[in-house]
Amino acid sequence: MKILVPIKRVVDFNVKIHVKSDGSGVDLANVKMSINPFDEIAVEEAIRLKESGKASEVIVVTIGPEKAQEQIRSAMAMGADRGILVKTDAPIDLGGVEPLAVAKTLKALVEKEKPDLVIMGKQSIDDDSSQTGQMLAALLGWAQGTFASKLEINDGKIHVTREIDGGLETLELTSPAIITTDLRLNEPRYAKLPDIMKAKKKQLDIIEPSELGVDYTPRLEIISVNEPPVRKGGIKVDSVDALIDKLRNEAKVI
Amino acid sequence: MSILILAEHDNKSIKSATLNTIGAASQIGGDIHVLVAGSNCDAVAQEAAQIAGVTKVIKADAASLEHPIAENIAPILVDLASNYSHILAPATTFGKNILPRAAALLDTQQISDIIAVESADTFKRPVYAGNAIATVKSSDAIKLITVRGTTFDAAATSGGSASIEDYSAPEATSLTTFVKAELSVSERPELTAAKIVVSGGRGVGSEENFAIIEKLADKLGAAIGASRAAVDAGYVPNDYQVGQTGKIVAPDLYIAIGISGAIQHLAGMKGSKTIVAINKDEDAPIFSVADYGLVADLFDAVPELTEKL
Repeated sequence: MKILVPIKRVVDFNVKIHVKSDGSGVDLANVKMSINPFDEIAVEEAIRLKESGKASEVIVVTIGPEKAQEQIRSAMAMGADRGILVKTDAPIDLGGVEPLAVAKTLKALVEKEKPDLVIMGKQSIDDDSSQTGQMLAALLGWAQGTFASKLEINDGKIHVTREIDGGLETLELTSPAIITTDLRLNEPRYAKLPDIMKAKKKQLDIIEPSELGVDYTPRLEIISVNEPPVRKGGIKVDSVDALIDKLRNEAKVI
Repeated sequence: MSILILAEHDNKSIKSATLNTIGAASQIGGDIHVLVAGSNCDAVAQEAAQIAGVTKVIKADAASLEHPIAENIAPILVDLASNYSHILAPATTFGKNILPRAAALLDTQQISDIIAVESADTFKRPVYAGNAIATVKSSDAIKLITVRGTTFDAAATSGGSASIEDYSAPEATSLTTFVKAELSVSERPELTAAKIVVSGGRGVGSEENFAIIEKLADKLGAAIGASRAAVDAGYVPNDYQVGQTGKIVAPDLYIAIGISGAIQHLAGMKGSKTIVAINKDEDAPIFSVADYGLVADLFDAVPELTEKL
């Protein structure tokens, strides 16, 4: 079984972002970038399937700038076998390469690489759209198992447990299928130094979007990007009694 | 202009997020139709027909639609799409799962999780975990949109008298079959619809200690939430999670207990009307958004609060 894992280069989740003063977007200059956390979970899941003998090859793909090779190398250090960068200078967070365009790119790569399974994050923490996996499944006519917290593959049958509002749902999917990951699927490993060194020698191909026949002209125009309204802090109370008094008589919420 | 709403329901009644989605549709303007896709879902269709502002209900009733499998529902939306300028669904796990599948089949770039309607083609949506708000304009012929329920008023559940039209659903998919659902059974209100939410964080310390949170919640008739840290530590299930990667809530009263206030968590609750924070660390960021902060050991303060209410 061959697994394709699409990943995205995003601002590290620990970074406090700043909105550009001209309202054109978020300032990404000199900011720490990482693999999107949900995608890291996807990489981990694919590697575990390989380690358990169920998968034969794990291919990582990303769409982004030259520097996105760093994220592919990180995934390779975790254990992915090879990588593909679809190189573009278009913005990948906002107002550039949109989920539908990403899904079309991935469809072209799936047709080329013929994986049996695609595992990817449920959303990226920059654009927060949560669309790409579902769109890719639609374009390929494949089954989708989104927001996965558990994945079991036996005799070609895929059982995916999904995090839904109110609890969990288990679906059986026919292969090939698309899985999108939720937080509790696994805890990604840290790469060890020897593996980081080894990752530098793994195969990484760089291709142009035009080779896949995809176009990154956005469908959505970003009119502006602004800071959210700031919520002001209130007061400190010194006792439970004072708190109850405020809630009853001032806020009138109990 | 006509707008189609994909209703979320459990074959018995409409989920409240659907009413907020209809609320958003009424701000866009135009005829509002509701698609009820389910199995033995006539009661839901009847309920939808009563909602203020709805002029037509389309009922797709088939055994294969008992569970909302995206592979079965997306083709219905695609089939109906040419009659509409907009298709809206709630930005719940239900809507998030189904709508992008329909959007791709329609070659449309969906707009996710809108929090404001600026005009028929321009919307505001949070990005970067709510640390920035993007205003986006769509050039697609049909706009597919998911709606963040907490930022739009719910449509009234009465006052409408829509017609109900039957739609024969296409053959069921062979790609995906439903195996089972494990839904948490609770007497408490639903997290995203509750008037009061009591949430616990890592400071609560253990699964057993969460009983303190539960007692306060039950006294107040509140829903229970949790920070991502508490979920990751295994104190509570993931569906309790409030935050950008969990549920977005905006109750009248939000009580954050033992929660430091990571950006991720604040993104999920800062729309609440009144916020209370109880934390022993007086420098915790949660106090910067709280209307009322109490610097105290939660193991003393919370039982005292529960007793005195």
